[in-house]
Amino acid sequence: MKTAVAHTFVATVEDRPGALNRVVSLFRRRGFNIASLTVGTTERPGVSRITLVVNSDADTARRVQANLEKLVDVLQVQDLTGVAAVTREFALVKASVPPEKRAEVLRLCGLFRARVVDVSPATLTVEITGAPDKVDALLEVVRPYGIAEMVRTGPLAMGRGAEVNEVKVQAWMAA
Amino acid sequence: MKRTGSQAIWEALVGEGVETVFGYPGGAIMPAYDALPGYAIRHVLVRHEQGAAHMADGYARASGKVGVAVATSGPGATNLVTGIATAMMDSSPMVCITGQVSSAVLGTDAFQETDITGVTLPITKHNYLVTRAEEIYPTLREAFHLARSGRPGPVHVDITKDAQQASFELRPEEGPVPRSGRKLRPSPPADLDRAAALIDAAERPLVLSGHGIVRSGASDLLVEFAEKTGCPVASTLLGLGGFPASHPLSLGMMGMHGEAWVNKAIQDADLLIALGMRFDDRVTGKLSTYAQNARKIHVEIDPSEINKNVKVDVALMGDAAWAVRELTGRVRSQKRSAWSSRISEMKGDSAVRDIQSLPHSGRLFAAHVLHDLWRLTSGRALVVTDVGQHQMWEAQYYKHERPRSLITSGGLGTMGFALPAAIGARFARPDDEIWVVAGDGGFQMTACELSTCAQENLKINVAIINNGFLGMVRQWQEFFYNRRYVATPLLSPDFVKLAEAHGLLGLRVTAREEIEGAVTRAQQAAGTVVIDFRVEQEDSVYPMVPSNSDLREMIRRPTPMLETGADP
Repeated sequence: MKTAVAHTFVATVEDRPGALNRVVSLFRRRGFNIASLTVGTTERPGVSRITLVVNSDADTARRVQANLEKLVDVLQVQDLTGVAAVTREFALVKASVPPEKRAEVLRLCGLFRARVVDVSPATLTVEITGAPDKVDALLEVVRPYGIAEMVRTGPLAMGRGAEVNEVKVQAWMAA
Repeated sequence: MKRTGSQAIWEALVGEGVETVFGYPGGAIMPAYDALPGYAIRHVLVRHEQGAAHMADGYARASGKVGVAVATSGPGATNLVTGIATAMMDSSPMVCITGQVSSAVLGTDAFQETDITGVTLPITKHNYLVTRAEEIYPTLREAFHLARSGRPGPVHVDITKDAQQASFELRPEEGPVPRSGRKLRPSPPADLDRAAALIDAAERPLVLSGHGIVRSGASDLLVEFAEKTGCPVASTLLGLGGFPASHPLSLGMMGMHGEAWVNKAIQDADLLIALGMRFDDRVTGKLSTYAQNARKIHVEIDPSEINKNVKVDVALMGDAAWAVRELTGRVRSQKRSAWSSRISEMKGDSAVRDIQSLPHSGRLFAAHVLHDLWRLTSGRALVVTDVGQHQMWEAQYYKHERPRSLITSGGLGTMGFALPAAIGARFARPDDEIWVVAGDGGFQMTACELSTCAQENLKINVAIINNGFLGMVRQWQEFFYNRRYVATPLLSPDFVKLAEAHGLLGLRVTAREEIEGAVTRAQQAAGTVVIDFRVEQEDSVYPMVPSNSDLREMIRRPTPMLETGADP
């Protein structure tokens, strides 16, 4: 039996119309399961970075990478699974907290270094940044009070150390 | 010098060496058509844009160069879709150029507007929407490069009408703008050594030769490899011709309608050497029982194909010609006579092919037609087949000796492919004898292109294997749906009169002794000829491995018929 684990890929893509569409379309038609997808700008103008988490076995993960690399707009794909990497996620959590429970919830949030960003008579909204399991843990302790609304960005990832995920640009037209 | 976007289109094509394009004009591509007479490019007017795409595909497959199809926006562009998907599945290099509504009205549901790059995204290697005249030239040059590089495929360039009309300064001598991208890193020598060691150690190795051998021009290298190693060679449908059928080491086609001994040999082999093929489900049958005794070497130019269907022991990433050359230099010379004689033994029970056991009873079998066609063309014709029973009979009975002598829609299985693909092939190979082999169903899907043959004065011979049914579906109904022939009986027009209505020669054959006369007449006639072969209505293709079954579970011809020594 093949075991599915979370695989994290970082794809650098040319910031062209439809580039994200191509990535998403690939996952749809090949039946790969996206757990999360985050897109943002990078240190290089015209280059975006997509962090993808896919729940799959090792063979499928390898094919995900090979298929991503076939897309013309994709410059490079890095597999950060099992590699020393910093993985961070951001979440906003609006908890249903009556005034009498507010202090209790604030204390819990403090343990997670979650920051209060809004308070109303019936709710408390906090922001949290951290590895996905830290976000999971905060949600777990807040859930008994009632989560009215919640959104997470999905993880962003970057390899640790001095090694840089440098985008290699080749003039392949000459080939 | 000032140029319009329209001129840039044709200048890019001229720069790529394009001599022929297949297309159909319309509102959004009219500026481009208006500029065409200034360039040495022949435009072939099709009758339906699907035909244009298949022609470009057929041209590409016959020549190895990039085929070009042109259409207008909206319905013109959507009509290309089947042809693009066909080229994608069979890795055929093609550039499709479509007109698009002006950029000012993009996204407003303007007349004949379709989000065609949205439509073709999953069925192209890459596509572009070009809205500025100065981007046309570099985009098209890049499109051609993409279409033919790596694993080839169709690339689509959608160009707005205002971009075609606008003027700008074109400096083609500057060449295309380089874009970032990756080159395939060929497998390291260590992997080649591992593969060579597996080959040397194998007792029952088998080469599975695919389309990649044909595409990379590796046929001669493969002969050298097979002769040095004593490895027998089986072919996929698209690989036929990649290894000469008359070579003693040639086994024939594998898979659903492959030779019985080939499928048995695959199940018995201890090593499969897959060259430029992708273990399609029509080739493997049931994956869990496929070649369980064999280690596998997979030579493949597209890394995403590795371990997709069949898990392999050594993957060699790169061009098939490169890999075969490298392997030949590394392996030991061997005879492998025990394995060869074992395969000859397996051939034993099926060596008397169905064709020889079909009695000459005055009835006409499709196998007779294909066998005789092979004989009367000395096996040297370029055969373009449609999809269905006739396609499998052609693969079984027409022995292909040379690469690019069979053009057929394999992956997508597109009915209606043959006639337009043959028209495209005609422009690539003006001097070769070309035969279309099509069923009565598929032929009618694109029969309108007979009109193109007439207008362009083309010489193509068309053999319609007419059994009055959508034959392959009927066969499945017979085998798997209790002979309930739902929607498969087919009424056709009089194909002889249809040919005559186009000013072409039409012939009818109803008995075997008429085949030779009709084929010879077609060969001698100046223009396109259509022969209506009225064959057995309820004949089936044997052997057959039912979908998703073990390769050993073949349905064989049920009533062994008497051999007639009289058959040629």
